[in-house]
Amino acid sequence: MDLKRLLKRVKPGRGAVIGLPYLWLMVFFLIPFLIVLKISFAAQDVAIPPFTHLVSYGDDGTLNIALNLANFQFILTDALYADTYLSSLRVAFVTTLCCLLIGYPIAYAIARARPEIRNGLLLAVMLPFWTSFLLRVYAWMGLLNQNGLINQFLMATGIVHEPLQLFHNDFSLYLVMVYAYLPFMILPLYSHLVKMDLRLLEAANDLGARPLRAFWKITLPLSKNGIIAGAMMVFIPAVGEFVIPELVGGSDTLMIGKVLWNEFFDNNNWPMASAVATFMVLLLIVPIALFHRFETRQLEGEKHV
Amino acid sequence: MMEAAVKPAPAATTSERPYLQIAGLVKKFGDNFAVDHVDLTIRQHEIFALLGSSGCGKSTLLRMLAGMERPTSGKVILDGQDITMLAPYDRPINMMFQSYALFPHMSVEENIAFGLVEDKLPKGEINARVMEMLDLVQLRKYAKRKPYQLSGGQQQRVALARSLAKRPKLLLLDEPLGALDKKLRQQTQLELVNTLEKVGVTCIMVTHDQEEAMTMATRIGIMSDGHLLQVGSPSEIYEYPNCRFTAEFIGETNLFPGQVVVDEPDRVEIESAQLGSRILIDHGITGPKGMEVWTSIRPEDVRLDRRPPANSHNAAQGKVEDIAYLGSFSIYHIKLASGKVVKSTVPSSRWYEAGEEPPTWGDPVFVSWRSDLPVVLTR
Repeated sequence: MDLKRLLKRVKPGRGAVIGLPYLWLMVFFLIPFLIVLKISFAAQDVAIPPFTHLVSYGDDGTLNIALNLANFQFILTDALYADTYLSSLRVAFVTTLCCLLIGYPIAYAIARARPEIRNGLLLAVMLPFWTSFLLRVYAWMGLLNQNGLINQFLMATGIVHEPLQLFHNDFSLYLVMVYAYLPFMILPLYSHLVKMDLRLLEAANDLGARPLRAFWKITLPLSKNGIIAGAMMVFIPAVGEFVIPELVGGSDTLMIGKVLWNEFFDNNNWPMASAVATFMVLLLIVPIALFHRFETRQLEGEKHV
Repeated sequence: MMEAAVKPAPAATTSERPYLQIAGLVKKFGDNFAVDHVDLTIRQHEIFALLGSSGCGKSTLLRMLAGMERPTSGKVILDGQDITMLAPYDRPINMMFQSYALFPHMSVEENIAFGLVEDKLPKGEINARVMEMLDLVQLRKYAKRKPYQLSGGQQQRVALARSLAKRPKLLLLDEPLGALDKKLRQQTQLELVNTLEKVGVTCIMVTHDQEEAMTMATRIGIMSDGHLLQVGSPSEIYEYPNCRFTAEFIGETNLFPGQVVVDEPDRVEIESAQLGSRILIDHGITGPKGMEVWTSIRPEDVRLDRRPPANSHNAAQGKVEDIAYLGSFSIYHIKLASGKVVKSTVPSSRWYEAGEEPPTWGDPVFVSWRSDLPVVLTR
C-alpha cells in the first residue's frame, strides 16, 4: 500500500526523467533534421541564407508554396551520387568486418583474462579516447607519409629502397578507419562475452564438444547480440565519416561526407547538400531501426539469460 | 589400527566387482590439499552421495571425475579403463550441473540432443533418444521451449535428461536439487531417485544437505577438509559414526569427552567430568587405559525422568533449560551441574503414559541411557 502511494508521488519525477532525453533528442536531432529537410526542398539562391523560401506571399495575396524536388531528382539520376552511397556503404561494411575480425579475439581475450588485469586491458582499449580524434588521425598521417616514420625506418634499415605508397589510398583509408572504430566494436563484444556463464562451456565439454566446437556452438551464438551491437556502433557512423577519407583516403575515394562538404562549402549549394544528407539519414534509418529492435529484444532476453 | 566404532557394523556387501575405483586421489591448489588422498570404490548401479559442508573438497573430487580438474596424483579407473588423464569430452561420464548450465539459446530438445549430435549419431537415432529422454522426465510437451520459459523443477529435469541422453557409464550430480526451494526439493528427491533407478545408471552426487543424501543415496561418503572420513549406508553412518565430525554432522548428538578408566572385554567405564558420573558401556573397546575418548549419545536415546534412575552411571541430574515443542515430540535442553547442555528427544506420549505432568522450564530432571546405546569415538 505504502509502496503504491510512494510510486504515485514519484510519477512526475519519472516523467521528467523520461522526458528529458526526449526533449534533448527533439531539440538537437529532430528539429535540426526538419530544418535540413526543409532546406532540401528549396532551390539555390544568391542570398543570405543561400536558398529560396518554401512559403511566400504573392503580390496578389496568394500563398505560394514552392517545393523544389530537383535536388532529389538529381541525386536519383546522376550516377555520381549512387556511386558515392554505394562506396560509402562498402567502406563502412569492410571497416565493420575488419573491426569484427580483429575486435572479437581482443574482446574474447580481455573477457577471459584474470579479473585483476581485465580493467587494465579495458583501459588500454579506451586510452586513445583521451587524445583528440583529429590529432590521432594526424599522427597516422605522420606515420604513413611518403617521408613518414614508417618509410624512414624501412629505408634506413634497407628493407626497401623506395618509399612505399602507404598514404592516400585504400590501404591507409581502411587502416585508419579500423583503428578509429575498433574500440566501438570491442566494448559491446566484451560486455557480452564477460557475462557469459563459463559453466556452459564446461557443460559442452562434458557432453563431448571439444573447445573449438564449444566456442562455435555456445560462445559465438551467445555473443550474437554483442556482434550486432558492435557492428551497428561501427557501421552507422562509418557511413557518414568525413575526416578520415578526407585526410588519409585517396583522392578518388567517394564518401558521402566528402560530397556533403563539397556541396556546402565549395558549391555553396545548401539545398543540394541537405538533400544528400536527408537521403543518407533515410539510408541509415533501416540499420538504426534494426539495431534498436535488437537492443530492446536483448533487454527483454537479459532477464532470462 | 584402532577400531573406532564400538558396536560391530554390519559387513558391507562386497560381492559385486568394483565399477569405479578412486585410488590415492590428490588435488592441491597451491599448498592446500583440496582433496587429500581419497580412496573410494563404487559398485555398478549404486547411487553414492558425497556429503560435506562447503569447501570440504567434494566438488573438486567430482570435477576431477568429470575431467574438469586435473588430479595432482592418484588414479581413477572406470569399468577397467584408466580415465585419470582423459579430457572431459573423451570420458564416458556426464554431469548434471548445480545450476543446470542449460544452453539458453537452444530449445529443450536441442539441449538434450547436444551430446548426441557431438557424437555424430544418425539423425533418426538422435530423435528417438531425445523422445525417450523427454518421456523419461515427462517433458514432451515442452520440447520446443527455451530454458528460460521453464520453471526451476522443469529445468532440473531437462538437465537430468541431457546428462542421461548419452547413456553415460557414470552420472555425476552436483547439488542436484540445490537450486530448488525446500518444498519442491523434498518432492523431487524421490522422483529423481526413481528416474535414476529406472535408468539403472551408476551415480555419484555431491550435496551438503544430509537429508538429501540420506533419502537418495544407497551409500554416503562423509568428507571434511579434503579427507573422506567415513563411507557407509545411511543407517551405518547414523548409527555407527566413526568420528566426532560424522557424529555431529549427521543428525544431532551429545558428545562427552572423557578417559577410559576400566577396559575389560565386556565392559568399559569412562570418566567424564562433564557428565559428573561414569559412562558405562557393555562391550569392550581395544584401547589403552587413560585414553582420551568421546562418547556420543543421540538425543532420542537419552531418557528423561523426574525421579532419579536406578543406576549411578550413565546418568546425571540437571535442570530444564529449554523446550522445543514439535508436536509428536519435544526436544529438551537439560543443563547439567557441569554446565554441559544435554539434548533429549521425548515423545509427547511419554508423560501421558507415565501419568505425569511434562517437566517445564527450571524443573529438576534426570537424564540417563542404556549402556548399549552410546558410541565411543577415538577421533
